[in-house]
Amino acid sequence: MPMRKVMKGNEAAAWAAKLAKPKVVAAFPITPSTLVPEKISEFVADGEMDAEFIKVESEHSAISACVGASAAGVRTFTATASQGLALMHEILFIAAGMRLPIVMAIGNRALSAPINIWNDWQDTISERDTGWIQFYAENNQEALDLILIAFKVAEDERVLLPAMVGFDAFILTHTVEPVEIPDQEVVDEFLGEYVPKHAYLDPARPITQGALGFPAHYMEARYTVWEAMENARKVIKEVFDEFEKKFGRRYHMIEEYKTDDAEIILLTMGSLAGTLKEFVDKKREEGVKIGAAKMTVYRPFPIEEIKALAKKTKVLAILEKDISFGIGGAVFADTSRALINEKEKPIVLDFILGLGGRDVTFENLEEVVEISKKALEGEKVEEVNWIGLRKEIL
Amino acid sequence: MAVRKPPITTREYWAPGHAACAGCGPAIVMKLATKAFSEAMEEKYGDPNAFAIAHATGCMEVVSGVFPYTAWKAPWIHVAFENAAAVASGVEAAWKKLGRKGKILAIGGDGGTADIGLQALSGMLERRHNVVYLMYDNEAYMNTGIQRSSSTPYGAWTTTSPPGKYSIGEDKPKKWVALIAAAHQIPYVATASIGDPHDFYRKMKKAASVDGPAFVQVLAPCVPGWRTPPEKTVEVARLAIETGIWPLFEIENGDFHNIKFQRFPKDGKFKKPIEDYLRLQGRFKHLFKRPEAIQELKNQIKELWRILGKEVELP
Ligand SMILES: Cc1ncc(C[n+]2csc(CCOP(=O)(O)OP(=O)(O)O)c2C)c(N)n1
Ligand code: SF4
Repeated sequence: MPMRKVMKGNEAAAWAAKLAKPKVVAAFPITPSTLVPEKISEFVADGEMDAEFIKVESEHSAISACVGASAAGVRTFTATASQGLALMHEILFIAAGMRLPIVMAIGNRALSAPINIWNDWQDTISERDTGWIQFYAENNQEALDLILIAFKVAEDERVLLPAMVGFDAFILTHTVEPVEIPDQEVVDEFLGEYVPKHAYLDPARPITQGALGFPAHYMEARYTVWEAMENARKVIKEVFDEFEKKFGRRYHMIEEYKTDDAEIILLTMGSLAGTLKEFVDKKREEGVKIGAAKMTVYRPFPIEEIKALAKKTKVLAILEKDISFGIGGAVFADTSRALINEKEKPIVLDFILGLGGRDVTFENLEEVVEISKKALEGEKVEEVNWIGLRKEIL
Repeated sequence: MAVRKPPITTREYWAPGHAACAGCGPAIVMKLATKAFSEAMEEKYGDPNAFAIAHATGCMEVVSGVFPYTAWKAPWIHVAFENAAAVASGVEAAWKKLGRKGKILAIGGDGGTADIGLQALSGMLERRHNVVYLMYDNEAYMNTGIQRSSSTPYGAWTTTSPPGKYSIGEDKPKKWVALIAAAHQIPYVATASIGDPHDFYRKMKKAASVDGPAFVQVLAPCVPGWRTPPEKTVEVARLAIETGIWPLFEIENGDFHNIKFQRFPKDGKFKKPIEDYLRLQGRFKHLFKRPEAIQELKNQIKELWRILGKEVELP
């Protein structure tokens, strides 16, 4: 019988790791993810988890050790956030290029400067082009579930790419919520044993991994990463289906809420989705036709789902906690790409908010709706809007 | 008739066909080190192949693994410039979990070890991974075209330490990573030179045989980097020993009071002047116009020996 426990998001991630039975874990503490390696150390110390836990001297070595272990053919897990993820940057490309299905939990946190330990998505968003699959969790249950899903997708032979699961710093990492912990036997059945055919470092069958690719081969190698990420779209949906059958919880590339007759749809990721649903209920009572949507998978980008969502609305308002300087929000840019060749498309607006842990209030969301309404009425508005910015202190 | 075992195994792990320069010192290191490793694995585990290699970016990695070819007849992985020690840690942890017997060999140049990879190396040694870290010391970044590293000796020309009106060449004494490694109190640390292949071979075997981490720093001349003739590689490496510029020693468990020396003159007097060593190399050519620089180098070498517990005389 699945057990229900009240726990923090970080504990949920550690539980997911325990259930997935990685053979090697390598991690280095960083706020807000520190509890993940701490909890895993406890599991290992108590004999509840049979993994080699490498207490590395940096995140760079954490991911490097994971690459070594994964290349030796075992299931591998790590966790980090923010500056730690940035320190891994170089090796993230290599993990994907070597097609190693490492899974990493990220407590989404802002990047310096100024130093800030609170939530936004700049850390994972900045790694969107490394070839890692990216999931974003709305709550602690999703953090646990998506880590299990990430292993299953990453290890699928059609994919073989690393995957990261983001959950918002403090909002989820440190907040306690009831979480259902699935039965070990069901997880075992779901994940199975990881036995790679392409990476093993076995003296009985010596292989060379990480060779030099001249111009004659490099593009083809990178193409296989592209292809794998394209395959991941299908595989993720299959795994979502299977997950629902085994565990009863349903996941979507993009989850919709009251979108069917909406004129304005607010699209976001992570824990903000919970706030949006409440806000939508409130506005619906006031008779405003709005809906909400939550992107659970950001890489591969859910292009078809975005197109379908866009067909339903006149304004697609993207609410995001990241910024790509010189263009605007990353999700906005990607959404625009998805819609570029559509004959009919909604007005797409970008709202940058909640950076570095700034609260996203109903007041902020009212402002989003006001701007969206103006656009709907044909008024000219900015495409990229900073919401909740304290202009008086600039 | 009794068949005598060859003194060095005929098994090859570093296959011909790699792209190293003619006369490449580090290439000799690769060949000897893997052979020694194999012998140690055979004696320890009954399986000569019981090892895998994690390699840092650098000359030896580049010349040996050009897709779709490989010079390696052993399981081999290259990830990046600074992380061979961390990658090896991961491989070792995985092997432990898989119940696979054997040892991991991590290989890096002086740049990947003394500079950018020092932190990962220290972490790996301190965590006591069952890994031998082999630093092949060609005393500069050769793969990017001969830039100085912290292991480049005083006075040497490199492209980033060029001698000139205001420069003697490299102006800092060499950093000795072997001593840093020994400070971790790991089971075995040694220096070696391909100028004494038997000594190097024995040390690699010993490093591979101990339980826990070991570190070997081996001098390996680079033909274009040192501006030496290809046929002189081993001779230059031997002169480094004979002139006292390259001490051969072993430190076990960080016991600096009981350093074992090899080929050290009993009376502490080196017979050949370091000028004999310098003269063979284009990278020191400019020093002969600056005798005070050669004297400074000699002072540094004496000081190094003093730290190691030996008073020496250099002719
Ligand atoms: C992070 C990073 N910085 C720089 C480089 C470029 N680079 C590759 S190899 C190398 C020098 C290698 O020097 P060393 O370790 O001494 O080995 P050698 O080439 O002499 O064999 C450099 C600077 C790199 N690959 N990665
Ligand atoms: S440049 Fe030096 S280290 Fe590199 S292959 Fe040539 S001789 Fe060997």
